[in-house]
Amino acid sequence: MTTLSDDLVPAATLTAAPPAAAVLSLRGVRITDHAGGREIVHGVSFDLAPGRTVGIVGESGSGKTLTCRAALGILPPHFEVTEGTVEIAGTDIAALTARRWTELRGATVSAVFQDPASYLNPSIRVGAQIAEVVRVKLGLKRREARRRALELLRAVRLRDPELVYDQYTHELSGGMLQRVLIATAVAADPLVLIADEATTALDVTVQAEILDLLADLRERTGLALVLVSHDLALVAQWCDEVLVMRQGEVVEQGPTHTVLHRPRHEYTRLLIAEHEQYGLEKFLAAEEET
Amino acid sequence: MTGTADPGPGRPVPAGTSPLHPFLTAAGPAGPVPGDMAAAGPTSADAEPASAPPTDARPAGPTPTDARPAGPTPTDAGPVNPVLAVAGLDVDFGSRRRRRRALRGVSLSVAPGETVGLIGETGSGKSTLARAVLGLVRPAGGSIAVAGEDVTGYGRRQWRELRRRGVVQYVFQDPLRSLDPDLTVADSLTEPLLIRGVPRQEAVDRVRALLDRVRLAAELLDRLPGELSGGQRQRVAVARALITEPRLVILDEPVSALDSANRVQVLEILKELRDTGVAQIFISHDLGSVAGVADRIAVLYRGELVETGTARDVIARPRHPYTRLLVGSAPTLRGAATVGRAEREALRALLPA
Repeated sequence: MTTLSDDLVPAATLTAAPPAAAVLSLRGVRITDHAGGREIVHGVSFDLAPGRTVGIVGESGSGKTLTCRAALGILPPHFEVTEGTVEIAGTDIAALTARRWTELRGATVSAVFQDPASYLNPSIRVGAQIAEVVRVKLGLKRREARRRALELLRAVRLRDPELVYDQYTHELSGGMLQRVLIATAVAADPLVLIADEATTALDVTVQAEILDLLADLRERTGLALVLVSHDLALVAQWCDEVLVMRQGEVVEQGPTHTVLHRPRHEYTRLLIAEHEQYGLEKFLAAEEET
Repeated sequence: MTGTADPGPGRPVPAGTSPLHPFLTAAGPAGPVPGDMAAAGPTSADAEPASAPPTDARPAGPTPTDARPAGPTPTDAGPVNPVLAVAGLDVDFGSRRRRRRALRGVSLSVAPGETVGLIGETGSGKSTLARAVLGLVRPAGGSIAVAGEDVTGYGRRQWRELRRRGVVQYVFQDPLRSLDPDLTVADSLTEPLLIRGVPRQEAVDRVRALLDRVRLAAELLDRLPGELSGGQRQRVAVARALITEPRLVILDEPVSALDSANRVQVLEILKELRDTGVAQIFISHDLGSVAGVADRIAVLYRGELVETGTARDVIARPRHPYTRLLVGSAPTLRGAATVGRAEREALRALLPA
């Protein structure tokens, strides 16, 4: 088992894994809202190999979050995958029992979302919450679980793990909470981590730190990432493959470089134009030419 | 936009009497109506700090009538006749032992028609600066001058009076906070004018004239804020801020909550607004969203202004470690970060924990 405590092991011991069997595969996934009697997501397909990152870009209502939730088996009530398949590490999730799902979540596929505070209990010290995950998922004894939780807090580069272990959520900043959540999410060494707008609420410098951290985990442990964001630039910077979603439709999909330099859909072009007209790009490009 | 910059209460000026472009000339705008200043003048003179900091671009000691001199004001660095001149501003939060300095020695001038991007992370003091300029927090030191009027020592009533004149307007990130949920768009937009004594028909005409500029269809006038999309709402909030023909609009994260298409639309509106001579302070945590509209960028870090410069200089040649980290952390479409991971780590180490 790969552990995060390889923190001190030189990164060369575990380089980015070569293309291997996909750990997450979506094939023509369609999601229907039975309450509204409408299909919301109209077919999403991608393969995610260990150590690779797939990015999904889209605005609220584009279906990106529903797609993630389908992959995690946590679709809201009335929503259902009505066509297509989701495979996690070769297992079709349609056949999974609730018990198998519980085993799979955290240990094989895990997730972090936008608002870290709402996924942690405000009245329990954060260290104890990570330790609980470790005890349940890895079957460690209390003392061992505490040691492991501290290791995890160190692995997500919290400056003072011992102090943070004994703190409550209200004592931590948004960036620190998101680290705690990532520590919890990777506590059981999942193969896939889905980060759905996980850095949206954070300051840009903190966002980069969190993404650096995820890239670090990806390189050291071969973690496969699904990065979901409304920001094409963010996804472009960290992903091998990009899906652009709009109103439940994948309007563009391909290797990041191709999507950025040869966008075919007008919506992708709009996202790119926004950056070119209003983003940093024009100043940086001009600077390079001089 | 037409009309004067400072229509006094009850003194509407018919549209088209004062083009705004002369603001951009050295002569400066026509002064506020002297009558408006009578009450405010003496107090502001009392509150004048003993020695004005050198960055203060205002001539020392406002005259009670404060009618602007026609010629350019001979001062150093700062812009001529700034719409806003903040000098050496300190703001404290809390009291006694728990006192914490939220802003420390902040100096910032905004010229007529200039757009200044104010960048900083959560807790850097950017909204506190905005609140100080609006008279919502009391400075512990330094001075604030709005359109040449020293407002540093103003009391609650004087601030109310100043806000009522609509010289400085404010737009929130969440437009629902700027709009009364029970007022139709038309009522929300005419209300500030009616309060100022503008006859109803003229108010309605001015609202209609404004709609185009903020890309709002006339049929939205009868809707309530709750019946609008987020983008439409934010455009209504911008329109409401503009209807009093302010000299300065402070926009606090105006596009952060909007999706791409709406963001572009609001940014376009702000860019056009700049061309009409209205000064803007565009507050954001996101350098990317202000880069395309700001003439200058000011970077706040932990209550201090660590870097100010043209948008180009700040983005292409940042000097302060925090600004370098900020630029280096912003995702761009070039596929790779402008500053590598190792260098970001090094910059983080330079900044206080």
